[in-house]
Amino acid sequence: MALLVCKEKCTGCGVCAQTCPFDAIDIVNGTAVIKASCNLCGACIEVCEFEALQMEQIEAPVSDLSTYRGVWIFAEQRGGVLSSVAMELLNEGRKLADRLGVSLSAVLLGHEISAQASILVAHGADRVLFVDDPALKDFNDDAYTAVLADLIRKERPEIVLSGATAIGRSFIPKVAARLGTGLTADCTALDVDPGKRLLLQTRPAWGGNILATILCPSRRPQMATVRHKVFKRADQDERRKGEIERRGLNGISLDLKSQVIRTVEEIENTVNITEADIIVSGGRGVASKENFAVIEDLARALGGAVGASRGAVDAEWISYAHQVGQTGKTVCPKLYIACGISGAVQHLAGMQSSEVIVAVNKDPDAPIFKAATYGIVGDLFEIVPLMTRRLKEMLEGTK
Amino acid sequence: MNIVVCIKQVPDVSDVRINPETHTLIREGVPSIINPFDMYAIEEGIRLRERFGGKVTVLTMGPPQAEAALRDAVSMGADDAVLLSDRAFAGSDTLATSYTLSMAIRKFGSLDVVICGKQAIDGDTAQVGPEIAENLQWGFAAYVRKIEDIADGSIRLERLMDDGYDILNVRLPAVITVVKEINRPRLPSLKGKMQAKKMAIPVWTAEQIGADPERVGLKGSPTKVWKIFTPEFKRKGERIEGEPRAQVDRLISEIRRLGIV
Repeated sequence: MALLVCKEKCTGCGVCAQTCPFDAIDIVNGTAVIKASCNLCGACIEVCEFEALQMEQIEAPVSDLSTYRGVWIFAEQRGGVLSSVAMELLNEGRKLADRLGVSLSAVLLGHEISAQASILVAHGADRVLFVDDPALKDFNDDAYTAVLADLIRKERPEIVLSGATAIGRSFIPKVAARLGTGLTADCTALDVDPGKRLLLQTRPAWGGNILATILCPSRRPQMATVRHKVFKRADQDERRKGEIERRGLNGISLDLKSQVIRTVEEIENTVNITEADIIVSGGRGVASKENFAVIEDLARALGGAVGASRGAVDAEWISYAHQVGQTGKTVCPKLYIACGISGAVQHLAGMQSSEVIVAVNKDPDAPIFKAATYGIVGDLFEIVPLMTRRLKEMLEGTK
Repeated sequence: MNIVVCIKQVPDVSDVRINPETHTLIREGVPSIINPFDMYAIEEGIRLRERFGGKVTVLTMGPPQAEAALRDAVSMGADDAVLLSDRAFAGSDTLATSYTLSMAIRKFGSLDVVICGKQAIDGDTAQVGPEIAENLQWGFAAYVRKIEDIADGSIRLERLMDDGYDILNVRLPAVITVVKEINRPRLPSLKGKMQAKKMAIPVWTAEQIGADPERVGLKGSPTKVWKIFTPEFKRKGERIEGEPRAQVDRLISEIRRLGIV
């Protein structure tokens, strides 16, 4: 694939050169010239009013790709408990599998967790590949890579999806590299072209300023990690039938180069912001470590997690695990309440795909209000505790 | 301790603006910076050298102007720098990029640790680090927030997870990717700046690293960008006015109506 310039149509106006995010177009002798730094993003194609730029056609899939069939999801577990993103993947995977007319399989790696395999069936898996071994009890990059890559080689699925979790984003790239196939990170939308059997993988880039749809036309499987919370959980239906294939390692060499000595779970349940449905975040406006109690109280009243802006983390009012934004975590809760956060681009990049955003800020011109569904201009130390109190009163009232 | 730090020169995306008419990125005047996560990688490399001795080399793949990022890293205290630049590398996705970087890393010979930032802020994939580890068949840890010790041929570190952290031992040589929590990058020193200014930075091509032409650049990249568009945020952007009590009650009733609480 390459970007082509039609010299007859190009007027040398230079709009493409100005638009190019990679500074990869020069105007030479009245014609656009594509430089080596071209990343094939296609931004120039859209702005050219003379239709002088076009992307060379994507090559047709090689015939042997048709031997790959089926949609797989990696069903992540930690401490024997399935991650919520596994249920979201089952829902989305089900749709893709149905459109392609193939089966949906879930891959479960762990030890003595057969009950979790049944849960996956109840949530829509036609088949669960459960590899049961003590070496897979806890996450290990080398062991998980070896086993998943081996299963894929033997069974040849056409699509493999995983959550874009710490675990997924750590070892799924290793699986893709071992198989020599493409991988798209942190997708927020998926679709298929049933005719070409291509997975259309859409993801944010450039701090969420643009969305790109990525294809993997000529290698299989097509692999993607998927952001938490962007897809709904699959419904549970105990009547669903599915095969559970329990396997051992069957001589797969794990080649362990690392070993987990200890797993430390943060005691506070308010820390896991990637899985939370509700996040209450504090920024510089919170002004001190002690004041974060105000944010924590509201989070607790809502049953949510505590987030923070980079400013608050850099000031050491709260630990880095809570940081939302470009240099922290990307979150996608149902409700995000930003308190005393001005809304720098870097922060917005980490939370703007949230379903509902509430902003509380003293400054009526704070950029956060542009991203917010509901904005309250006011003092967070007045608004937030009041909200906590009113929520508690209402909850007690409904008892 | 022989250390390579992989860095990337990126446009400062915080400066990126969208043209409201064409809905495209305005790149003009956007400065190039070292990917912010890579600053922690450079700093950690220098700290490891300070603790255990040895040498820190910064490596980047990019167009000729990416050399500026390498000089910035040297001014912070890196000992050496190599630029991977070749037209053949253009259009690389993460698989081709990691292959190219790992071929260059092999060329360095005996190494102990390769450090990368967790991800780059332009692409946000976080894939190149683990893919380098896979290509080299080395040990790997992502999201490293603390290096406890290096002893007996392995590195003991803390890895940030979604629900806490893991303490693990990784056999050397190893590739690690680091998060912001690991350190505070130092500012360039005057001595470093002088050194950076006069340093001759070698440029390695695809041929020099012995790369398979089928595995670099566009040819070596299984993923293709099909289209790019600007996200639409359908937010009402409603301001809730009134006295605090009324504002709060209105907000609570809205989020209850939406079934969130």
